[in-house]
Amino acid sequence: MTTNGDDAAKVVPVRHYGRWVGVVVVVVLIAMFVHTLFTRPSFTVLTCSTHHAVRTCQHEWRFGWDYVGRYFTSSEIIDGLLRTLELTIIAMAMGISIGVVIAIMRRSESRLLSSTAWTYTWFFRGTPVLVQLEFWFAFNALYPSMSVGIPFTHVTFFVVNVGTTITAFGSACIAFGLNEGAYFSEIVRAGLLAIDEGQTEAAISIGMTRGQSLRLIVLPQAMRVILPPTGNEVISMLKTTSLASSVGVIELLGAANLISAANYKTIFLLITASLWYLIVTTILSIGQFYLERHFAKGALRNPPPTPIQRVREDLAGIAAKFHTKRFADAGAPR
Amino acid sequence: MSLPMVEALGVHKSYYGVEVLKGVNLTVARGEVSCLIGPSGSGKSTLLRCINHLEKHDKGELRVDGELVGYEAHGDKLYELTDKRICHERSQIGMVFQRFNLFQHLTVLQNITIGQVKVKGVNDDVAKTKARELLARVGLSDKEKHYPSQLSGGQQQRVAIARALAMEPKLMLFDEPTSALDPELVGEVLDVMKDLARSGMTMIVVTHEMNFAREVANTVYFLDSGIIEESGDPRTVLVTPTSARLKLFLSKVL
Repeated sequence: MTTNGDDAAKVVPVRHYGRWVGVVVVVVLIAMFVHTLFTRPSFTVLTCSTHHAVRTCQHEWRFGWDYVGRYFTSSEIIDGLLRTLELTIIAMAMGISIGVVIAIMRRSESRLLSSTAWTYTWFFRGTPVLVQLEFWFAFNALYPSMSVGIPFTHVTFFVVNVGTTITAFGSACIAFGLNEGAYFSEIVRAGLLAIDEGQTEAAISIGMTRGQSLRLIVLPQAMRVILPPTGNEVISMLKTTSLASSVGVIELLGAANLISAANYKTIFLLITASLWYLIVTTILSIGQFYLERHFAKGALRNPPPTPIQRVREDLAGIAAKFHTKRFADAGAPR
Repeated sequence: MSLPMVEALGVHKSYYGVEVLKGVNLTVARGEVSCLIGPSGSGKSTLLRCINHLEKHDKGELRVDGELVGYEAHGDKLYELTDKRICHERSQIGMVFQRFNLFQHLTVLQNITIGQVKVKGVNDDVAKTKARELLARVGLSDKEKHYPSQLSGGQQQRVAIARALAMEPKLMLFDEPTSALDPELVGEVLDVMKDLARSGMTMIVVTHEMNFAREVANTVYFLDSGIIEESGDPRTVLVTPTSARLKLFLSKVL
């Protein structure tokens, strides 16, 4: 053997026969599944139509794609989708604000504040969210009116009629928001715990207040830890909002159920709703990727490439390979 | 003689019943460099952190620039200062940590400007100009856009010194500034500190670098189990120690 590059021994990579078999099996299974998606089996309903005096009959799609197509952008479904988005945004905004406050309270040196925060988390994590939803919906039975005034006296400044103020939609926002606050506080706490105590000390040593060091130094770094589970929570909330239909809020899944109650095409409408959930989840996941990249500043020596950058790199790599091959074929000097 | 920069009289500090400082007396004059040496657990870092009020001392009197640290005396009572006042006091005392503690999410330049802008309310451009001057002083002008994780330990510590100096402190505290560094990087940090000492900065340095202490310090304090066992001119104290404990300590570190 020589160490000369030209005569160097050819490297024979290990042949992974087992892996090749696995690939073939998986490819066949995927093909079979995709085939079932786009077939009209004979057990489905036969529908006939007459066009230019020619009568044609056809079985329906297994997955009712024509129904899905018809209802996908129907006004009921779109209204439901908007409701779902509205609920998700309001509940998450509430949950995040409450979560941050509760997490900071947990770290307070005051025993009362920290144990109040603990109890809040204990209660809202410890009871089913559906129960909480029903509870807030029935809130006016417990507290028919609420007023702002001086506690424990008869002095009141203004009174709110709970029954008319807290609508079904409002009670869903409150229920999901308060519940999310409990979970989110733990996410924030994990983020704060992940940041080295030295960062706070350094911030304080240059004269920052506790609040400044939290806001300018600790939280921005904790974001890196907080973001992935937050993405989880938003996506989970998107689907949890479907519970709101139990108190009469017609959101995406509720709208789909209303339609299928009339036409009995339950599965096809569930597919319609699920496709929308998937689309929104996809958009959220993309947003999460870029947010995470933004907050990774300084944490990694080199931030990971975006998918677009990665594709561009791959293309550049292929182009380069093609180029050198042509160059070699043309009889380039050694 | 003018007012000393730091004056400690019988300073005590306990953590959960364990007494870490058992009555420390120390006086650091303006423009002087003092080194605190001693075995680990002897209370060196705690004393330093008390001076900056990162830790509250339990008993005794601690003054920086003539003013009580963390308290205000009215009559015969001591009133705890508000957070705002304590922050203001701290902003005039620079601190350099063993593990640098640079703000990981900010660039080198932002690390040095953030305190000026957010604490002192300095204009952004003025803060940047000052930060660049300081970076030049610690020899890192070409690194201003880097993040801390992209720098070596020695470079990070020099940035940390620049960050502290940006607040224009009247006193600089160093808590084992070279202990976390690879041996070949220690020199660059000590050079910056020597330069700072020559410029007349009052410095208190917790260190294991006996050569630095001998070369730069005006006074060396040897702490052992919470009290100052021996102190004085480093050329005498480190060469001809009188106490048995210091003799033993020096025989181990030299």
